[in-house]
Amino acid sequence: MTAIARARAPRPDPFLDIDNYDPEADLMVMNLGPQHPSTHGVFRVLLYLDGEIIIKAVPYPGYLHRGVEKLCEKLTYAQITPIVDKNDYVAPMLNEQAVNMAFEKMLGAEVPPRALHMRTLIAEIQRVASHLLWLGTFAMDLGGALGGGTSVFMYCFREREAILDLFEKLTGCRFHYNTHTVGGQRHDIPAGWAAEVHRVLGAISDRIGEYEAMLSHPIFLKRTKGVGVIDAQLALELGLTGPLLRASGVDHDLRRDAPYHIYDQIKDLKVAVESDGDCLARYKVRVAELRESIRISRLLVDNVPEGPICGGRPIKQPGQFKAKAGQVYVGIETPRGELGTYLIAGGGKMGDTPYRLKIRPPSLHALAVVPYVFPGHSVSDAVAILGSLDPIMGEVDR
Amino acid sequence: MSELMLNPWIRALFWGLVMITGVMTVTAWSTWFERKFAGRMQSRMGPTLVGPLGLLQPIADACKLLQKEDLVPDSADRALFNLAPILTVGFALGVAAVVPFTPTMLAADLDVGVLWLLALSGLMVFPTWMGSWASNNKYSLISAMRAVAQGISYEIPMVLAIMVPVIMTGTLSLSDMVADQQKNGWIIYRLPLTGFLAFVIFFLAGLAEANRIPFDIPEAESELVAGPTTEYTGMKFGLFYMAEYIHTLLSSAICAAVFFGGWDGPIAPGLHWMLLKSVILFVFLTWVRWSFLRLRSDQLMNICWKYAVPATLALIPVTAFYTVYAAGKGGV
Repeated sequence: MTAIARARAPRPDPFLDIDNYDPEADLMVMNLGPQHPSTHGVFRVLLYLDGEIIIKAVPYPGYLHRGVEKLCEKLTYAQITPIVDKNDYVAPMLNEQAVNMAFEKMLGAEVPPRALHMRTLIAEIQRVASHLLWLGTFAMDLGGALGGGTSVFMYCFREREAILDLFEKLTGCRFHYNTHTVGGQRHDIPAGWAAEVHRVLGAISDRIGEYEAMLSHPIFLKRTKGVGVIDAQLALELGLTGPLLRASGVDHDLRRDAPYHIYDQIKDLKVAVESDGDCLARYKVRVAELRESIRISRLLVDNVPEGPICGGRPIKQPGQFKAKAGQVYVGIETPRGELGTYLIAGGGKMGDTPYRLKIRPPSLHALAVVPYVFPGHSVSDAVAILGSLDPIMGEVDR
Repeated sequence: MSELMLNPWIRALFWGLVMITGVMTVTAWSTWFERKFAGRMQSRMGPTLVGPLGLLQPIADACKLLQKEDLVPDSADRALFNLAPILTVGFALGVAAVVPFTPTMLAADLDVGVLWLLALSGLMVFPTWMGSWASNNKYSLISAMRAVAQGISYEIPMVLAIMVPVIMTGTLSLSDMVADQQKNGWIIYRLPLTGFLAFVIFFLAGLAEANRIPFDIPEAESELVAGPTTEYTGMKFGLFYMAEYIHTLLSSAICAAVFFGGWDGPIAPGLHWMLLKSVILFVFLTWVRWSFLRLRSDQLMNICWKYAVPATLALIPVTAFYTVYAAGKGGV
């Protein structure tokens, strides 16, 4: 049996016994990472290669561990938001929303409708920015730093830059916003912002077709079609969520299936689903989501209701919120899938800090497919598959 | 002066020096051009800071490369590691010897120019392989494997494709080939489609040889870090890049000479036409590079063995038949 056939047998064995693999085979052990241009952060995969075909892959995350969850146990509820910004640094807004929703649920804080509306809008604009960054880096993984990949990358970053400018006008920061808080928002929409949003998103939606055209040549299809297939069964077993799950044919989107914010008021939310489960399907799902998010954002930005942006008193001091003992779980749909926040509140003396805060990062679960999907592919494909998983190491290692 | 130039040794020395200096200079500024071009394509500025329009950028780059520490990994094979960058530029410049810019402006008017060209470009794989293997780095080793596999795959269609103009013109000398095109029309349109197909295949093989996207498989920055040059620093690294650019430039010049009639053209002197054609082809190469993604090495081998080799094998008898038929009727 050739290396390819062996590794592609029904489902590759992630615990393949290398010592008894094939005494004839000329194996090579190679570390992909932790410092490698295409691991999207510091991530190491130990590859066992037969020629250039991977027969076993062992992922080693953890190089970016900062102890965020432990740190959160020492901080009061109002202080945690700027810390979790740094988890998924490509979509920081959604990290803020996830923890603050958990805190609000725990503390029983009311969020005014204007703030909820703004959160939905911000989440969708952030999704556009995140998917644009993914599209650019994915093209770069396929095309190298000195080729057509960089062209797509530069275009995507040009658009993302415009979105960061939008957020800068809204919050004063380009990246780590700290704009959400318990009970609402810190920063109100400035005058003329809606027109800016229309201008930027309109320009992007006009240009998505151009990027698709740049990537719709036979080389792109050859590199992505049938590469890194994740079947629905495997996806569900490993807890994949978001675009990865939808690309594998499972129609699941928290925005529609467990609505939060004001997603239940958006009646015609289209959820993109593809059935192939390969890199091409993941690309298609994300591009469709890009279009859908732009459409939703442009609808939402015109209908922001008037009113306060934050319920309750403004936050003056750290110990302002006191929680009773209890636990809550909140899951929201980030560009990478379900970002879960599991909060256990101590109550009593420990009422102003979480007893335990567990963040469920979608990227960590995405990386769990590496040992199942890499075997049978070449190193080139491994890079393409890793890129298509869109892992953000900040949230994987936390 | 003109009497001196009649001596073949002096002529070869003179044009050889001119060619090496010229090619090196053009190579340096072709990197500037490519960066400017790519910048404009990607809505950036490209180099702007060093000199007017960033024109002194190549000099700044060279100075930077020369200042770098010259590292040789402990476990590397020192001799081969140092030899590889020298050979790679040497072979690339060797090709320049036979490129005919005008009937007189060529370093060596070899009777077997085409063979010399193919031999040297075939050797191009060896320095890459040598350097990669000698660096004792796993990424480089994989890229060495890929380079050899790719070399074997593109060399054969390349050799077969250039047989088409050789059959049409009946000569292996590049300058005679251009002279024949001046008389009987350019290869690219002389016979229906055959010349054009041969050009496409030769051009693609040239892309593969210069390690450019979509065939920069041995280098593959996003997969193999920097491929053969992973362990190289400073000017040794620079030499690999120089060889890549020399190859790109020369393959455009050779395509211009072999398929587009070289110095043949109305009004302006021949040299202008030759340079113009080469530049147009080089711009096209650059354009391709900054628009496409990279193929996988097994896909490249598929294309070469399953499509390019049979296509060129079919082209040769067709061309031969046409040529003999045409000769029977007294020329096309």
